[in-house]
This record gives sequence, C-alpha cells and structure tokens, in this order.
Amino acid sequence: MKALRFYRSAALISVAAIALTACGSDNATQTDAGADGSSAAVSSSVSGTLTGIGASSQKAAMEAWKVGFEELNPEAKVQYSPDGSGAGRKAFLSGGSQFAGSDAYLKDEEMEAAKEVCGPDGALNIPAYISPIAVAFNLGDVKELNLDADTIAKIFTSEIKKWNDPVIAKQNEGTELPDTAITVVHRSDESGTTENFVDYLSAAAPKTWTYEVSGDWPADIQSENAKGTSGVIATATATDGAITYADASAVGDLGQVNVKVGEEYVALNSEAAAKAVEVATPVEGRSDLDMSLDLKRDTTESGAYPIVLISYHLYCTAYEDQETVDLVKAFGEYVISEEGQSDAEDSAGNAPISDSLREDARKAIDSIKVAS
Amino acid sequence: MSSNTLNSSGGGGRTGDRVFSGASLFAGCLILAVLFSVAVFLLVQALPTFSADPELVTGGEGFTNYIVPIVIGTVIAASIAILLATPVGIGVALFISHYAPRKLSQGLGYVIDLLAAIPSVVYGAWGYAVLAPELAKIYDTLARTVGWIPIFEGPASQTGKTMLTAGIVLAVMVLPIITSLSREIFLQAPKLHEEAALALGATRWETIRMAVLPFARPGIISAVMLGLGRALGETMAVALVLSSGPLMASLIKSGNQTIAAEIALNFPEAFGLRLSELIAAGLVLFVITLAVNMVARWVISRHKEFSGAN
Amino acid sequence: MSSPTPTLSRTTSSLTKNQLPGYAIWAILAGAVVLGAAASSALGFSIATFAIFAAVFFVLGGWLITSVVEGPRKGRDALATYLMYGAFLVALLPLLSVIWTVLEKGLPGMTHNFLFTSMNGMTGAVDNETVEGGTPVLGGAYHAVIGTLLITLWTTLISVPVGLLTAVYLVEYGEGKALSRAITFFVDVMTGIPSIVAGLFAAALFGMIFGPGTRTGFVAAVALSVLMVPVVVRSTEEMLRIVPNELREASYALGVRKWRTIVKVVIPTAISGIASGVTLAIARVIGETAPILVTAGFASAINWNVFSGWMSTLPTFIYYQILTPTSPTNVDPSVQRAWAAALLLIIMVMLLNLVARLVARLFAPKTGR
Repeated sequence: MKALRFYRSAALISVAAIALTACGSDNATQTDAGADGSSAAVSSSVSGTLTGIGASSQKAAMEAWKVGFEELNPEAKVQYSPDGSGAGRKAFLSGGSQFAGSDAYLKDEEMEAAKEVCGPDGALNIPAYISPIAVAFNLGDVKELNLDADTIAKIFTSEIKKWNDPVIAKQNEGTELPDTAITVVHRSDESGTTENFVDYLSAAAPKTWTYEVSGDWPADIQSENAKGTSGVIATATATDGAITYADASAVGDLGQVNVKVGEEYVALNSEAAAKAVEVATPVEGRSDLDMSLDLKRDTTESGAYPIVLISYHLYCTAYEDQETVDLVKAFGEYVISEEGQSDAEDSAGNAPISDSLREDARKAIDSIKVAS
Repeated sequence: MSSNTLNSSGGGGRTGDRVFSGASLFAGCLILAVLFSVAVFLLVQALPTFSADPELVTGGEGFTNYIVPIVIGTVIAASIAILLATPVGIGVALFISHYAPRKLSQGLGYVIDLLAAIPSVVYGAWGYAVLAPELAKIYDTLARTVGWIPIFEGPASQTGKTMLTAGIVLAVMVLPIITSLSREIFLQAPKLHEEAALALGATRWETIRMAVLPFARPGIISAVMLGLGRALGETMAVALVLSSGPLMASLIKSGNQTIAAEIALNFPEAFGLRLSELIAAGLVLFVITLAVNMVARWVISRHKEFSGAN
Repeated sequence: MSSPTPTLSRTTSSLTKNQLPGYAIWAILAGAVVLGAAASSALGFSIATFAIFAAVFFVLGGWLITSVVEGPRKGRDALATYLMYGAFLVALLPLLSVIWTVLEKGLPGMTHNFLFTSMNGMTGAVDNETVEGGTPVLGGAYHAVIGTLLITLWTTLISVPVGLLTAVYLVEYGEGKALSRAITFFVDVMTGIPSIVAGLFAAALFGMIFGPGTRTGFVAAVALSVLMVPVVVRSTEEMLRIVPNELREASYALGVRKWRTIVKVVIPTAISGIASGVTLAIARVIGETAPILVTAGFASAINWNVFSGWMSTLPTFIYYQILTPTSPTNVDPSVQRAWAAALLLIIMVMLLNLVARLVARLFAPKTGR
C-alpha cells in the first residue's frame, strides 16, 4: 500500500517534470524566425560572443540593442550583465569583459589602469545612453510644479518641511498647495542617478547644498529611502506628500518638477536633455577621440534641462584579434546609430544622443584596432 | 536488508570500514579547507581598508566609526528576529508535534517547510508592499501612546519601512528554519519517557517540560543558531524593506542599517577602497557569527548534563 | 477533553468534579472579545489592536479561571495549550499573507507562454506594445527554470555527500577529537557567511583558475555549496546524534561492521530528519539571489550547459524583473512575470519537498508514531 502510493506520486511528479522541461522555446516574441534573412545580409557578417558587464541603468536599453544587433548579425551574440557600474569597471579593467557600461567615465587613475588590459592607448569612453532625471512628487492632483535649484535643495535637506511653504507657493502662483508634510525619498543603494542629481544640487545651489558629491546619499540627511529606481518610485507612489528623483522613463503617474534654468522654468523632455549634453564640455587632458563629458549643471542656456545622466560604454582602443575588433566595432556603431538609439528609446524611454555627438562617437569607434 | 551480514563482513568489511571512515574524514577536512580559504580571501581583500587613511574611508572618520553603527544595527535586526521567532517557532513546533491532531500535523509541517523556500526577494517585496503600509498605522498609534519608551519614540515613519518591520520580516523568514528543525527533534524524544510522565499523572505541559524539552534543548539551540545565521547574513530582504540611515534607538523611525544590506546596496557601484571596506564589513560579520557561536557552544556544554540524549 | 457527558440525572459525576464545563472556553472567548473591543477602542479602534487585546485577555482569563477551578497545575497546562495554539496562529498570519500575496499576484501570470518560453528577444518595446494593446504578456521564465534546476542539482550533488559524510564523521568517528570540535565550530561559523561573500569567493576562485570573468552555472553551484554544506551538516548531525545508542550497540553485538551499522541502522533511523534537513537546505539555497548575480551572469536565453555560458535562475529573474523592469515606462508586465516566477519557485520547492518526504518514508523503519 505504502509502496503503491509512493510509485503513484513518483510517477505523477516525473510526468509533471518531463512536461515542464520537455518543450521550452527561446522564441518569446512569437516572431517567425529566419524571415528576417534579408536584413542580415546588409550588415557585414561578424561572429562571436561579446561580453559586457556594467550599469543596471542601461539594462532596458541594452536588451533592445542586443535584440537589434543580433537581428542584424545572426552569427554574433551579445551578453550583458547589469551588475552595476563599479562592478562593470572592475571587470573591464581586469579583463573580465570586453566592454563595460558605466554611469561615470573612467577617472584618470582608472584610465592608467586600463592601459594594462587595453594596450598603450588605454580605453575609450563613449556616451551611449542619456537619461534625464526627473524630480518627481506625489501630491494628488498637482502634476506640475516650478522650482528653482535652491528650493529643490532645501526640500531635499528637509529645510522646507511643508508643501504649502511660502517659498514653493511664490514660484507656483495659481496652484493650490496642500498642507501636507514633505517626505523625501532617496536611493538607498549607491547609484549614478544619485551622483548626477547631487552634482546638480551642489553646482546649482552651492549655498544650500554643501555636501560632498558621490553616488551615496549624504549620511547626515535623514530621510526615507528605497533600493533602485523602481523602489523609490513605488515608495513615493504609496506615500502622500513624497518627493524623489528618478530616471524620467520610470516616473509614471507622479508629478514632475520644472527646473529653473536662467530665467525660465524648463520642463523635462528629450530635446531639453539633449541640449544640456550639447553644452557639456569634454574632460581635459584626454585624447581627442575620448568622449568623457563634464555637464554644466549651472548652465543658463535657454531650454536646457541640466539634471541628466550620461551613461558610457567603455571600449579598449585595441583588442587581441581581428574578430573581436570587428565585433566590438559593429556593436559600438550599431549602438550609437540612429536605429540603435531609437530602438533604445522605444524600449527604455531614454533620450537619444545628438547628431554631432554621433559623429564624434563614430570616429572614436572607428579608431579601435588590433593590438600590435 | 541482507540476511548474511555475519558472513559477508570478513576482510571486505574491513576495507569498507577504512574507506568509509577515510571518506568522512576527508569531507570534514574539505569543509575546514574551504572555510579557511574563504577567511583568507576575506582578509586579503579587506586588508587595504585597515591601512587606509581614515579620511578616505566612508564617513571620513576611519573604519571603526563606519562599521560600529551598522554592527549595532545588524545585532538589533537579528535580535528582534530571534526574539520574535524563537518562542513562536518552538511553540509551533510543539503544536505540530504534540498538540495538533495527527492527521493535520503532517500537512502543517509541510506548509511550514515550504515557507523556507520562498526566496528572500519575495519576502522583501512582500515586506515593503504589504507589511510596511499596515505596520505604519500601528507605529503611528505606538508613537502616540507609548512614545516615551525610547524604542517607540516618534514621529513614526510614514512608509513603515523601519528597523522593526525589517526585524519582523526576518523573523518570518527564520521561523520555518527553527520550527522545522525543532519539530524533528521533538518527534524523536523518547516515547517511553513521555509515557512514564503521563502515567505518573503529569499534565501534557508537564510531560513536555520534563520529558521533551530537556532532551531537545541542544537541538533547539542548534536550530536557533541556524536561524540566527540566516538573520545575520540576510541581504536582499533587509535591503528592500529597510529605509536605512544613521544609528538610532527608535525602531519605528527610518534609520539604522545592517552589514549584509550595506554590502548588497553598495557593492554594485563599489570600486577600489570602497570595495575593500565592504569586504571588511563582511569580515566583521564573520567575526560576529564566530562570537555568537562560541557563546552558543558554551551554553550547550553547560546544559549537557541535563540532556536526555544517549 | 472536558466535555460533560449527558447523564440521566443532574447530579455531577465525581470524575468531572473540579472540571470546567465544555462551554466555559467559549464563554471566556466571548468575554475576551468584549473586553478587547473595549480596550482597543480606548486607544482608537483598529483590527490589529483589537485582535491583540482580545487574545491577551483570552489567554489570561483562561489561565486564571482554570487555575481557580481546576488547580494551578491544570491552569499552567491550559496556559501552555493556549500559548501553543496562539503561537501557531501568530505564525500562520504572516505566512498566509505571503502566500496570499504570491498567489494573488502570481496566478494571472502563469500562462503557457510564461512557462514555456524564455526572455530571449524581449525588449521594453514589446512590453510597451503589450500594455498599449492590452494583449497577453509575452516572455517567460523557462530559461530561469532550467537554470534553477541545473544549478540546484549540481549544488546538491556537491553538498549532500560532503555534508552527510562530515556529519557521520562528527557523530560516529570524531567523538571528542580536537578535529571534530574544530569542524563543528567552523561549520557553525560557516552558517554566518553572508551569501554575497560566498558568491564573491567562488567568483574569485574560478577567476584565479580559469581566467578573469569566468561565469558559469557551475561557479554558482560552488558558491551555493559553500552556503548549503553547513546547513546539511548541522541538521544531519543533530539527527544522527539522537539515534539511540542501544541501536548501534545491538548492531555491534550482532557482529556488524561499523560502516554497515552506519549505513544500514543509523542513517535509516534518522533518514526522515536528514531528508527534511536536506530539503530545508535546498530550499535555503534555491532562493538565493546575491551569489548568483556575481557568479552566473545574466542570461535571457535557454542554456543547458552548466559548464559554459551564462545562466539565469528564478530568484535572479525575479530580482531583475522587480528592480530593473524590462520596460521602465510600463512595469506591470515585469511585475507580473516576477510574481509568477515566485509562485513557480514555490511550487517547485513544494514538489521537491514531496519527493524528499516520499524518499524518507520509503527508507525509514517503522516507528511507534
């Protein structure tokens, strides 16, 4: 009796297991595989597996690039592990990956270290992903607020505690502000988003924001926090009177702040973000081909939205063999191409790079060669 | 089972003995070797932190000032979890082994075991999406009524993502571990002792206290230690639930941080010295576990004479 | 146990003297509910405070009344009984809440698509179209299921023999030896290794041997083994220790060799506990996220080979779907996939648990229970 029951259950489980494992498919999007053969012929046929590790901010865009690139080059494969910028740079500098995604360009000492794996010319920083950072709030029907940098800084340092504070009210005449307490929500994990936001505050409101610029939120400011972009958005959405900062694509139903630049309030959109990147200055002391950019956070350029995150792709200037060079070049060029950028925009909701940036990036990628 | 044990246990049996004892010795040594290499790995990676300029360490005041608050935070979180989970876990184990109807207890044990399997990400997501908003209301009441007790000092967090919530989530996570191991041990308690106690007119509780608990004590401590290990080292759930910050006494305000969560939150972006710092934090956690286990061993050895085993 | 038997006459039986009648417990409960409602409305009524107060009043009331009527020993017994039931109810609440949340959010995502396709080719654009068009969510967790099964299988293959043999050494061979004390102690320490450290260790180890950036399912299995072995040793050791010495001695007395005694007598006696411990250990590692993130990479396509190529497991699948959704603009499809994956993982462990129990029942000797 006991044995019988055992065999019956065992049979049931094994049938279930076989059913589950027998017939899976990689064709998730239900497309007709192979029908796209014509487009594959367009691109030069590169092959091999390209491995990248890096920023999780690029994950959604990278998935789009991976799909688009593999469609054009059926022989090639791209894998990208969104471990984080720091992990990505570490893996790249130790030779653990062929390229990295990073929310910050390589620092000077990292450029030095890159020469060990990449040869005498070191590494290249190519801006690939531009994401405006929204200052988002949860305030019922209020979906838009005008704030200058100083007010934003005061809100995030908890100097301003209520939404109907006269400083906020003065900049938003005609908007009915409730008497709700402000709950500040910041990122609990170290992130490029925090670094860029804090960089903006310290450049545009230096009197109020006296903290060091880093990817960690200043430890002296006690407020609510959550892990990841989705975490802060979820927490802010659930908390009445909350304010946070997050990549614009993820903001959803929350209200957004128009940031004061010069004399006017600039709403967040792709053009305003692209404009801010355009007025950015190249980092000094690097080769002409390298594209590390310093954003001007306190710009007064009309229509530029200064809170922008630029995420880079890091490539070596030289790789071991021709096959890898071809693969890296093909991928790098696809990413910055109009098609690649619009694919990413469709998926990740980021801002595309401008044409002039594209020209420079193409030149830089073209220079990648086989190590001699 | 074979019936010719006597005949077949000649020379071949001796080799079998040697192979078996050798294999088990090898397994034991392998564990020691692995642990040794983990320790060496941690030490080597953490070393730059201890020799680094205190200014450069996060917080700017040296490694000690950086690590002490999160050590205390870790201890607080794990203590809340263990204080809540141990009595409840043992209670549930006793309920399943001695109180619940026999037919029901099998299924109940099964359900509890299952809960150990829910990944910590899910506990974390449940903690901040379901539990925290519920608790936020209770925290508000607590802050208003018993706010004069330092650990319930207001104003309570609006989101409910506090140390107490993290501790409760951890308690829920370690509960299945404690319950499942204690239950197995309670079931193994010598039946004769129990029957003897009952025959002497003891009530059910007295039977448990006299015949079951003394027998099970070392096992319970082991189970609690396993649970504590998990509570101390839990990363993802705490990282998702806790709204971290500087050390503070109030458990219903956002604040405090645990070592494991600190590592998980900062590791992806960490580079150079910061990475060493985080690994050093891992080393500290390692040392804490060591200390806790030494204490537990000592407790068990003190109670050995009461143990009913063997 | 105290139900009064209906008798013809109304005289109380001497056997039920000093015993509370069966309805007493309900009376106490009703009183506690009323008192609890009163006390909680004094503080501002909420379901939680009401339940807490009612429970406290019930336990105290039951204890006091039983103590007075039936004597202090019976009173303590009643108190213990109430507390056991109470502990069970308290434990059940969060657990049911977790399960309910997973079921509620996970069931809608359990489609054929989800079970039998991978995330290969899925982009945010696809999810955006899904949300805008209101079509069923595409993309699934098949690759993660395969990854979870394979990595867990290899982890178990490494950990169970090592853990079991170590426990056998500790209990049967090493009694009182310094080495055995050292192993026990360090096994305890190993339970406290933060899971991410285990992952980093395995990544560094394989990086040293096979070159930097080595990431495969097997590296993840090694990392998980570091976490799983101590749990197996600890629980197995406990179970082997409570096997009565009489059984061993009886076996030796029959002339059976030590290793055969262990294999044929000691382990079968403890097999139910060992199986339960191993299942618990597997359950512990099958849900690990952090070590997999740094050892197995990130895959969206099916990979059957643990020794080459990146892999995903269900926990990392859930982690990425929740924290970095496929489409940042429309997170709903990702959230749905994440909860469905959580449900799937729980079902998988449930099946595993069932197998372990059946195995244990098949091998365990008959007991008095």
